[in-house]
Amino acid sequence: MSPLDLLMAAPLGFMAAALMLGPSGRWLILLAAPLMAGLALWLALLPPDAAYLVGQWDLPLGILLRADGVARLMILATALVIGAVGLHALAEPPEKPGHAAQAETFWPLVYLMWAGANAGFLTTDLFNLYVTLEMVSLAAVALAAMGSLAAALRYFMIALLGSLAYLLGVALTVARYDTVDVILLAQVAEADLATLLALGLMTAGLLIKAALFPMHGWLPPAHAAAPAPASALLSAIAVKLGFVILVRLWFEAFAAVTGPAALHVLGGLGAAAVIYGSIQAMRQDRLKPLVAYSTVAQVGYLFLAFPLVAGTVEPSGAWAGMTLHGVAHMLAKAAMFLAAGLMLKAVAGDRIADLGGLAQAMPLTVTAFGLAVVSLMGLPPSGGFTAKFLLLSAAIEQGAFLYAGVLVIGGLLAAVYLFRALSACFAPLAGAGPDTASRGPVTGGVQAVAPLALAGLAIVMGFAGTALVDVSAIEAPWATPTVIQPEAAP
Amino acid sequence: MTFAFDLILCLMILGTAAIALFVRDALAAIAFFIAFGNLMGLAWLGLDAVNVALAEIAIGAGVTGVLLILARARLLALGDAATSTGSPLLLRLGALAACAGFVVLLAAAVLSIPPESGLDRVVAPLMPGLGIENRVTGVLLAFRAYDTLLESFVLLGALVAVWSLAPAGAWPGRPADPGMADAPMRRVAGTFGQLLLPVALVMAAYLVWAGSDLPGGAFQAGTVLAGGLLVAGMGGTIGLPSSDQPLLRAALVLGPVVFLAIGLAGVAAGGLLVYPAGLAKALIVTIEYTLFLSIGVTLALLVAGPPMPGASDPDPEGKG
Amino acid sequence: MDLPLPVLLSTGHLYAVTGAALVGLGLYAFITLRHPLRQLLAVNVVGAGIFLILGGLGRGPDATDPFPQALVITGIVVAVALTAFGAAMIVRQAQTRAAAKPAADDNENPAP
Repeated sequence: MSPLDLLMAAPLGFMAAALMLGPSGRWLILLAAPLMAGLALWLALLPPDAAYLVGQWDLPLGILLRADGVARLMILATALVIGAVGLHALAEPPEKPGHAAQAETFWPLVYLMWAGANAGFLTTDLFNLYVTLEMVSLAAVALAAMGSLAAALRYFMIALLGSLAYLLGVALTVARYDTVDVILLAQVAEADLATLLALGLMTAGLLIKAALFPMHGWLPPAHAAAPAPASALLSAIAVKLGFVILVRLWFEAFAAVTGPAALHVLGGLGAAAVIYGSIQAMRQDRLKPLVAYSTVAQVGYLFLAFPLVAGTVEPSGAWAGMTLHGVAHMLAKAAMFLAAGLMLKAVAGDRIADLGGLAQAMPLTVTAFGLAVVSLMGLPPSGGFTAKFLLLSAAIEQGAFLYAGVLVIGGLLAAVYLFRALSACFAPLAGAGPDTASRGPVTGGVQAVAPLALAGLAIVMGFAGTALVDVSAIEAPWATPTVIQPEAAP
Repeated sequence: MTFAFDLILCLMILGTAAIALFVRDALAAIAFFIAFGNLMGLAWLGLDAVNVALAEIAIGAGVTGVLLILARARLLALGDAATSTGSPLLLRLGALAACAGFVVLLAAAVLSIPPESGLDRVVAPLMPGLGIENRVTGVLLAFRAYDTLLESFVLLGALVAVWSLAPAGAWPGRPADPGMADAPMRRVAGTFGQLLLPVALVMAAYLVWAGSDLPGGAFQAGTVLAGGLLVAGMGGTIGLPSSDQPLLRAALVLGPVVFLAIGLAGVAAGGLLVYPAGLAKALIVTIEYTLFLSIGVTLALLVAGPPMPGASDPDPEGKG
Repeated sequence: MDLPLPVLLSTGHLYAVTGAALVGLGLYAFITLRHPLRQLLAVNVVGAGIFLILGGLGRGPDATDPFPQALVITGIVVAVALTAFGAAMIVRQAQTRAAAKPAADDNENPAP
């Protein structure tokens, strides 16, 4: 047994078990959360070259699973996020009142997303990634549909287009190279028409899934309307798989093919996303759309890092900054959506102005929201700060002052829109006396502890900086020649 | 097959696709889509890919066609004819230019790649070790079994996703009656269903068995079973099942779970999805039989749609 | 019958180029058609085109590569799964719109 297969198999087992158990399947999360966290930790502690071929079939044909640094960190964060979101959802039912179907199907869908995300982070096979991408997208759309069917349908259609673009790119790659393995492709890829078109198509499809500006249009309505636990999973998990596949494509499989100009296109889109998402977030007067637009901005940083990673001979800093930003955003954004969900349940409306008095009424939840704000803004100490600091120093070192400027401005804009939401919680309650609010909301329990724990982890990341930087470098494409040397087929 | 045949077939494929996409009436569009799917099946035969031809005709044309017909009928009942309405001329011109340019680029890329069966040379020497003849089955259930395993859960997940759409108060419940048959048709379907279901079962079981060595396999067989179940369900031979029946749930998860269990048991022999020497064929056939059953039931329920309130349910339970 | 055409285009390329044309046709339809059910149909045409590219380019002199064939079968099954879910969403959306005159609020409000 190895965590490489159990991390995929266990959630699928839980999915089937949840279906067999029906309404009581929800309790499985009590088992799944610690088990998956344990497996993820085991994965993180494996020796650096941990990898194996599924079914022992050699590479051009078979599928390789590999625990590189990105996979280790993403899977650990996924286990923490889904575990916490699941425990939160156990205490705070995610469905619309009376929707028994949503209450029951929520769980198998969560496990499907979990398995798909883990399998996707671990595999080096582009077609296998297509299947995992569909596992995650399917679950994501279904979870989004629990809030707004119209937004979910729009998400579905655009995600379908993204899947097809990715699949077409994979098809061209199969035909051109007779392999879809990232490691083998890195050895043989050439910059010809078919390859460039394939890379362009796969990239376009994945940018839709990762919601990079200007392909973000589907995200805010879907993420804002979904039930809070679903929003947390959509923002934390679903957009990250597309990002990780892009990392595999651009820095590994087709690293020899991608030029600096193309990397700056991605970086430029990322920078535009930071600015655009932040401005849109500032313009929102409802809480959940604000948090959703913040995701649009935060996704931008991931791609802003692309040219910074490629633009230096010693990319470990930028690489770690990019990876840790992904992880910190997962933790902080999931915490923020969970906290926002609790806050909105406690007040009458969904506007930021309605949040008055909550700091007294539900201090734990507002604290969780506040800690998430710290990490998302990039204030020290936090995972967000470590990541932004690494990216900023890489940008300055390379003389990429435009990117450095966007990093700084993005942080300032985040301060503006996030503090607006946070300070509203400290405002005195409008109209009624403060005690009316304190009676309604739940101030303790798992549902309040879960976002607090996630936000706390995002802060704690700030103290584990060097250890995390080391993990992120495991098997990184730039670090060492890949240890895995699959022999060529006869 | 001659080149002339291939050429005419390709032109017909493009023609039926164009009509299916742009004809005003939705039913005509779906009819042409089904014709398109069948011609695609022929194209796959032309490419000597009989396994894919069966899958394309059964699933691509058959199941997808029935799905679309049913969706269109349900929309029509709500006053939505799903006719294609024109979009602004400027958008059409822009899209036309963009798509034409894209096709030229794509065709150029496609023509730059010589057609080759490169991996066939890798697959062929590995087949004797599996004890089966059908190379596509070998790829699906051995060399790329991991894809297939995950895919079986995608199919299951799609049904869960469809179920999640059940309106408040309809859970647990039965799907709405497909309503595609009037009373006399229903009697025909009833009689026919009694005959067809066992025949479909036998035929499907044969397709799975044949799939080891001849074209066929779990997915194609599952579709045959789904077809039998749907006709039988429409005619009342078997009732549309309630979503919470334990037997139904077991039938749905059986195939994927057996696949997963066999995959994990492989760890004893060296790793995930490793088949011990000599046991490969037995394990593959076990996976295929259980998978086919689950696929058949899942596809039938996917076509039927989410549980609906009061759908042939004597005691609507309200909120669970 | 022996036409001079085979010299210009191999069987594999013929089908692959047909696939490319199907992708373009379907994409154009996806952009210009407004009804989601028709868009779903267009997506299926694009998918079929992609599969045909895979098959055509896997067409060797004596056999078609089983590897892309298996990928296509996997792809067909994923496509039908997504189509089923999409069709169900489209129907449910139409039903909700037809049924609920007082539009249901999208935010979940607890019943304390």
